[in-house]
Amino acid sequence: MVVFEKPKSLTDVSMHYCPGCTHGIIHRLVAEVIDELGIEGKTIGIAPVGCSVLAYNYFRCDMIEAAHGRAPAVATGVKRSLPENIVFTYQGDGDLASIGTAETVHAAARNENITIIFINNAIYGMTGGQMAPTSLPGQVTQTSPYGRDVTQCGYPVKVCEMLSQLDGPEYLERVTVNNVKNIRNAKRAIKKAFQNQVEGKGFSLVEVLSSCPTNWGMTPQKALEWIDEKMIPYYPLGVYKDRSANKEAKA
Amino acid sequence: MADKVLMKGNEAIAEAAILAGCRHYFGYPITPQTEIAAYMAKRMPKIGGTFLQAESEIAAINMVYGVSSTGKRVMTSSSSPGISLKGEGISYIAGADLPALIVNVQRGGPGLGGIQPSQSDYFQATKGGAHGDFHMIVLAPSSVQEMADLTVKGFDLADAYRTPVMILADGTMGQMMEPVSLDYTPKAPVEKPWATTGTQMQREHNIVNSLFLAPDELEDMNMKRFQRYAAIEKNETLYEEYRMEDADICIVAFGIAARVSKNAINEARARGIRAGMIRPITLWPFPTAPISAATQHVHSFISVELSMGQMIEDVRLAVEGRAPVTLCNRTGGMIPSPEQVLQAIQTAAENGGAK
Repeated sequence: MVVFEKPKSLTDVSMHYCPGCTHGIIHRLVAEVIDELGIEGKTIGIAPVGCSVLAYNYFRCDMIEAAHGRAPAVATGVKRSLPENIVFTYQGDGDLASIGTAETVHAAARNENITIIFINNAIYGMTGGQMAPTSLPGQVTQTSPYGRDVTQCGYPVKVCEMLSQLDGPEYLERVTVNNVKNIRNAKRAIKKAFQNQVEGKGFSLVEVLSSCPTNWGMTPQKALEWIDEKMIPYYPLGVYKDRSANKEAKA
Repeated sequence: MADKVLMKGNEAIAEAAILAGCRHYFGYPITPQTEIAAYMAKRMPKIGGTFLQAESEIAAINMVYGVSSTGKRVMTSSSSPGISLKGEGISYIAGADLPALIVNVQRGGPGLGGIQPSQSDYFQATKGGAHGDFHMIVLAPSSVQEMADLTVKGFDLADAYRTPVMILADGTMGQMMEPVSLDYTPKAPVEKPWATTGTQMQREHNIVNSLFLAPDELEDMNMKRFQRYAAIEKNETLYEEYRMEDADICIVAFGIAARVSKNAINEARARGIRAGMIRPITLWPFPTAPISAATQHVHSFISVELSMGQMIEDVRLAVEGRAPVTLCNRTGGMIPSPEQVLQAIQTAAENGGAK
């Protein structure tokens, strides 16, 4: 009896992620959800520029590689063309919260019926560890070598909080994957974000606090602890918007 | 249905796009092309299409990228400063071998420039328009009828060669009204087995992509793309010759400049000067061969442009030093007058090809 197998909607291509990186876990959760909803054949994924730039090789559904930050605009085009298909983007913090801020905010404002998986690891991983829009105050990176000085670089962007001020989006939740309990919770949120699209509910974004042992300069274990100690206090987990649930609660 | 209707150039582009099967339009307001967006906003919802006013030109071109990935006909339009913003997306569209129609109703630049007609985006359009090794097909209409005809042709070329196609118009072409016939027989749709429409669990996944990390692979992709460009140069170069049979002086001009030049040529002929014109309809590929052939009998070339002289470089490359090439131009939104062009012809006649 097989008790644990690779999701069918992941390919057999070996992933390039660093040891201890949580991208692999999140890819798996997305793939499990695609399998469980039975939507692989009609799903179109959009990969970003950043560490997950090669995600198009790992998901077995049709895939599109977008320009840096533009995935929500590309997804808008795909969804408007093929409204019966399932369209998701998979984006990091530099992609979604810095260069692609406008595309993110306006896709949310339009309540585009798409699903966004947003990986927040507080750093630019692929280019070697520069300051991200989500790097914490005081965080040391290659381009904030004395620690992020908020008087010079400003404050981190809290995406779920920011988008929750808009009338547009259907569902916004922040989760993490630094232990088994949190991984199970992250999967629930990701599944809801896809299910919402299947049901035509609209823009659903799951922010996943993620680790980057390589560029944080930590062991994988220490990096997972750092999420608890440093990231969650600044980026509290939880549901920031769930319009349908609110409607049901009011009814 | 050969009846003609009176239309603005911008509206003719929009209606022709719909007749060509385009059901998806994305844009951002900018003068002097806004009639295209307004027309699409009215028409698209009534025919089951998409009109979406994007948050930026950058978003609009990336929405185009998304629709094109699904294999459907799609377009965007803008004017010069907005086209600069679309440059990133145009490069990605070229790099991913996607068809798309991009309309540039040019205004004066650089920077915010002005809102009057210009041809000063010639370099940008014909030399790639953004980073990387690529070209797009560039079509230059000279009448409202051509605004419509070249739009339909542009979609066909984009699909046939999997390449972005640009309509390079100007504010005059966009705003002027002329009678136009919109009598098109749609071609059979091109098969697009590469499109990302969902595997339906029936095939391997398709990937739309412009990233090739192995340099030999990227070189190979670029080489293959340039083989297609060679076919485009061979098969798709378009131009009009006007009174060229016995011409001593050849004007090279496109768009509104070509219309002004025709008046000057007729006046020059009335005065006994044998002037003619080669009007490029495709700016890329550029009609190098007919210009080169004309050096057999032409002693002087004049490039008439609404810029500081951009196309003149391609004219000189075609002439290869066998005759003098001079510039007759206005810029910044000004248009050369027939008198100014006639004066340039007379000067060339007096010099008689002396270098």
